Amino acid sequence: MEYIIIIISAIFVNNIVLAQFLGICPFVGVSNKISTSIGMGGAVLFVMTLATIVTWLIQTYILEALGIQFLQTIAFIVVIASLVQMVEIILKKVSPALYAALGVFLPLITTNCAVLGVAILTIQKDFNLMEGVVFAIANAVGFSLALVIFAGIREHLDLMEVPSGMRGVPIALVTAGILALAFMGFTGIV
Amino acid sequence: MNQLQNFTKGFIKENPVLILLLGLCPALGVSTSAINGLGMGLATTFVLVSSNLVVSLVKSFIPDKVRIPSFIVIIASFVTVVELVMQGFVPALFDQLGLFIPLIVVNCIVLGRAEAFASKNTVKSSVIDGLGMGLGFAFALTMLGAVREILGSGAIFSIKLIPGDMMLVFVLAPGAFIALGYMIALTRKFNK
Repeated sequence: MEYIIIIISAIFVNNIVLAQFLGICPFVGVSNKISTSIGMGGAVLFVMTLATIVTWLIQTYILEALGIQFLQTIAFIVVIASLVQMVEIILKKVSPALYAALGVFLPLITTNCAVLGVAILTIQKDFNLMEGVVFAIANAVGFSLALVIFAGIREHLDLMEVPSGMRGVPIALVTAGILALAFMGFTGIV
Repeated sequence: MNQLQNFTKGFIKENPVLILLLGLCPALGVSTSAINGLGMGLATTFVLVSSNLVVSLVKSFIPDKVRIPSFIVIIASFVTVVELVMQGFVPALFDQLGLFIPLIVVNCIVLGRAEAFASKNTVKSSVIDGLGMGLGFAFALTMLGAVREILGSGAIFSIKLIPGDMMLVFVLAPGAFIALGYMIALTRKFNK
């Protein structure tokens, strides 16, 4: 039951993009087409889950064991950056097909604040490892959901006559605002 | 380019948020009020100036291949400094900004300026660039915060100007997107 609450809360109620404002850059940048959005979503799911597991272990067994929690930010960003590099190298070798699908998105993910954000939130919310993994997966699904819905809307928006000053990012942001309004309807479920 | 131009370009011409569209996450996340936007902007400015200073000092010692990881570690150290200082001296603001303080480290503006400017220029112009860009970021965030605060609660810097209820939606998540969208459109119009 606890896991179900974590999942519903992360995907719908506190959606990572539309309610917490993490990962806006890829949300605005790569959400022009549904197919690229799905690719980005897959890469985020992969890296976010891995990063949360590794950072949780580091926080519990190194930082807290030695009493050096103030190094959290430095430790986490270094770990995430090297993790992304490693995932890229391993994927290239082991599964070229998966690399072809996700490869271009992987370097972008290092500076994606959603990954670091979820790793820090997992620690702040005092989750155990299993809850942390569920939380990371649910957030990645929430991210992909927002991205794919938004890409679908933007594909239609391309065919509309938008006033010249509003073309591109401004109209995309206003659309995201309306989408966020729709997601606010989920408030109070959990 | 003279130093004055170098300083002022961050405000309008190359404003990181409104023109370059960098650092949108903190811009949307913390701009619920003008004071939050200003606090976040100044914290980012400090990190930008310090990291630009250090990067331009050590740029010739860092091998090209490990450039980006080294920059990230430098930036992360200054973010930790900001975190500890804010926690100690302005705990209320620190709680309000919450997660977005450690997330300065992945703010594209900071790494972007280190890579695009500080790693190629002198110490003096790097510091001025960092200061200009940082204050431009703070300016955009404060403006966005002020617009949202006045539309959402009729106040500015917590001083009530318009009595009665306002459009609460502008303080909530959807209002952030809509207000920023119109601000970018307006900036583009004036920049033409």
